[in-house]
Amino acid sequence: MSAHDTPHDDHPHDDGHSHGTRRGYLIGFALSAVLTALPFWLVMSGAIANAQTTAAIVVALAFIQIVVHTIFFLHINTKSEGGWTLMALIFTIVIVAIVISGSLWIMFHLNSNMMMPMNPASAPPAP
Amino acid sequence: MATPSTDKAETSPTFYLVEESGHHHAASGGSTLLGFWIYLMSDALIFATLFATYGVLSTSYAGGPGPGELFELPLVALNTAFLLFSSITYGMAMIDMEAGNQRATQIWLAITGLLGAAFIGVELYEFTSLIHEGATPQTSAFLSAFFTLVGTHGLHVTFGLIWLVVMLVQVGQRGLNADNRRRLVCLGMFWHLLDVVWIGVFTFVYLLGVLR
Repeated sequence: MSAHDTPHDDHPHDDGHSHGTRRGYLIGFALSAVLTALPFWLVMSGAIANAQTTAAIVVALAFIQIVVHTIFFLHINTKSEGGWTLMALIFTIVIVAIVISGSLWIMFHLNSNMMMPMNPASAPPAP
Repeated sequence: MATPSTDKAETSPTFYLVEESGHHHAASGGSTLLGFWIYLMSDALIFATLFATYGVLSTSYAGGPGPGELFELPLVALNTAFLLFSSITYGMAMIDMEAGNQRATQIWLAITGLLGAAFIGVELYEFTSLIHEGATPQTSAFLSAFFTLVGTHGLHVTFGLIWLVVMLVQVGQRGLNADNRRRLVCLGMFWHLLDVVWIGVFTFVYLLGVLR
């Protein structure tokens, strides 16, 4: 099955975009099926009583699955397009991390300073 | 004075022609793929801002219903399965495209399209049932952010489906020529990126929402 990677007579792909192999897609699919089923099972069955621990595991599995998809489905590696796709990806990850963590950080502190309840359950009962 | 300029005029187009055709031949639209990837990264930034907005507003229920009461995880699991299967079927279409099997490519693309349509169908069903329960985007900041984030992803999948139908027509009429291959690779990157965004959606919106 791994030998299915057909020779490209008309357009060599040495430094171009890689399209992957059947084996690569199947490995990626198997990994992501497990990485999807596991968090759904954890949350739906409530296998771990502590919600915080479950949340941490679910988030960790999501990050692993994103890496799996990037490698096996999007075929991003150090060689594709002479490394520029990876560069663009790293730049984007940095910006995404700044935007999301910065927003959450600032708004959380803003909420605290405004003495707003973060969660309606802890709000004082309405008169 | 006239001689060097004509000399230059004769040599420079030849130089550019050689480089351009050589580049085109080597990468088969290589710069297009890199450019499309950079577009996808900018699209990822749109989703990053929507995720950040959702993260900030996800506890602002305004007295309305919260995620635990609204989200039905079996439905989300079904939708996730549709999208994940559509990623592998698109991968199979890519493999057959590389091998030059036009018929198999079309069949895999059609299966991908059906899975994508099923995803959109389930999502629309979810949205309408939420709205019937009174959980409209106007209800709370949480629901505004939810509908914006998940709806933007759904719109992307919808446009991906339109693109996919166009490509089925193109491949049917013109075959797997270099242009159609390049377009199919671009659509594939688009489709797989939407699956990556969905990982974020089902984890941070649905699973963590139900856990909260």
